[in-house]
Amino acid sequence: MLSIVLISVAVIGGLGLVFGIGLGIASKKLAVVPDEMLGEVIELLPGVNCGGCGYPGCNAFAKALCQGNTSIAECAVCVSDNANKIAKVLGVEATEKKRLVARVMCVGVKEKIVDKFDYYGMQDCRAAVSLSGGAKACPVGCLGLGTCQKVCPFDAITVDEKEGLARVNPDKCTGCSKCAIECPRDTITMMDPENRVYNACRLQQKGKSVKEICKAGCIGCGICAKVCKFDAITMVDNLPVFDYDKCVYCGLCAKKCPQQCIAFYKKPKLIKED
Amino acid sequence: MNGFVSILLILVSSILVNNYVLSRFLGICPFLGVSKRVETAVGMGMAVTFVMALASVITYLVHYLVLVPLKLEFLQTIAFILVIAALVQLVEMVIQKTSPTLYEALGVYLPLITTNCAVLGVAIINITEGYNLLETLFSGIGAALGFTIAIVLFAGIRERIELSDIPDSFKDFPIALITASLMAVAFLGFSGLV
Repeated sequence: MLSIVLISVAVIGGLGLVFGIGLGIASKKLAVVPDEMLGEVIELLPGVNCGGCGYPGCNAFAKALCQGNTSIAECAVCVSDNANKIAKVLGVEATEKKRLVARVMCVGVKEKIVDKFDYYGMQDCRAAVSLSGGAKACPVGCLGLGTCQKVCPFDAITVDEKEGLARVNPDKCTGCSKCAIECPRDTITMMDPENRVYNACRLQQKGKSVKEICKAGCIGCGICAKVCKFDAITMVDNLPVFDYDKCVYCGLCAKKCPQQCIAFYKKPKLIKED
Repeated sequence: MNGFVSILLILVSSILVNNYVLSRFLGICPFLGVSKRVETAVGMGMAVTFVMALASVITYLVHYLVLVPLKLEFLQTIAFILVIAALVQLVEMVIQKTSPTLYEALGVYLPLITTNCAVLGVAIINITEGYNLLETLFSGIGAALGFTIAIVLFAGIRERIELSDIPDSFKDFPIALITASLMAVAFLGFSGLV
């Protein structure tokens, strides 16, 4: 009886020993040499894998940084403090690229727009657009199915179900432009956050035909261009175009717009300075 | 010729008729856990294929060269788990070295192959069915291919489900379980093929 127990122990122990030795040899041969610099850079990067830098995720970006193929300025998320630290690890000078902010170029909330048909398909703008360009009669407006909200790694975009319109939280937006890339209607535009006034409608038609498809859209009346005291607004294709060199951000155009589709932010709260 | 036919039968049987996930209900944990994206499902399938094929052969050798001569067949389960655990460690090292992305995507489910009952199941079924070494190898490969097919199909369906409008209470796992059961019913259609 005892011998069976002893043999069992010996056999299992022996098997374990053989496998253990095998694994030991394998771990030596297959050891991954951890790159110290790479580890440090990965640690300092935001780690949200937004893809704004053009690399598939932060790890790939860190690798490219270590090999000197890219610059830290490409990362839209790293605020200056972290960027400097990474530059120090890499032994290079920190450069900073102008940060952008995502802006939704649509004011068509649900009760103001006209639908061509009722859409019951996949709750995703990219799918909806494949069905005769989306349910909204407006060819350029926000479909409000929340593709941007889904792809945003920073929770900066929300689509309110009642509103049916994407809204960007400029404090959370890092300018990675993932939403702008995924939006099938290109309704999201990346803009300089210092340009605090802009026309949030891209419908190039005039007056009545705009009203037929969206009660909130820009009707191309040109009042904004007329009231501007600094000649900063010109009308191009029935839409106001802002000359930001001339604009003093008085907000008069936004106030006088009969459709209230000119967005105006009072103070520059988007610029991150640490 | 006879050997060839028996191998073919084993392959068809373990891939379709007695699919380890959908008709034997083994290996459900990674089936539900790593099936959110098709790419990771394919990766998981390949890892399991590698482990299953190797585990089948090595457990066969351990059983007939070590346990049977020493009349220690009752140690089958523990010895097989030992083999599988060691193999999974090896696979983990290989994947970490060759594809860090896949390594990260598989995450905790890679070490969990250790306790994947499908791997242990195929090893034990090989012995109880009395297969020879070649049949054992193909039984292991077939089982793993069946697992891969099931998990990849399931991941494809889940990717579509994610975009569909489903009631809140069914989102994520409940609908996944319902889908899995419907797939199992569908695979029932293969019974009687062999």
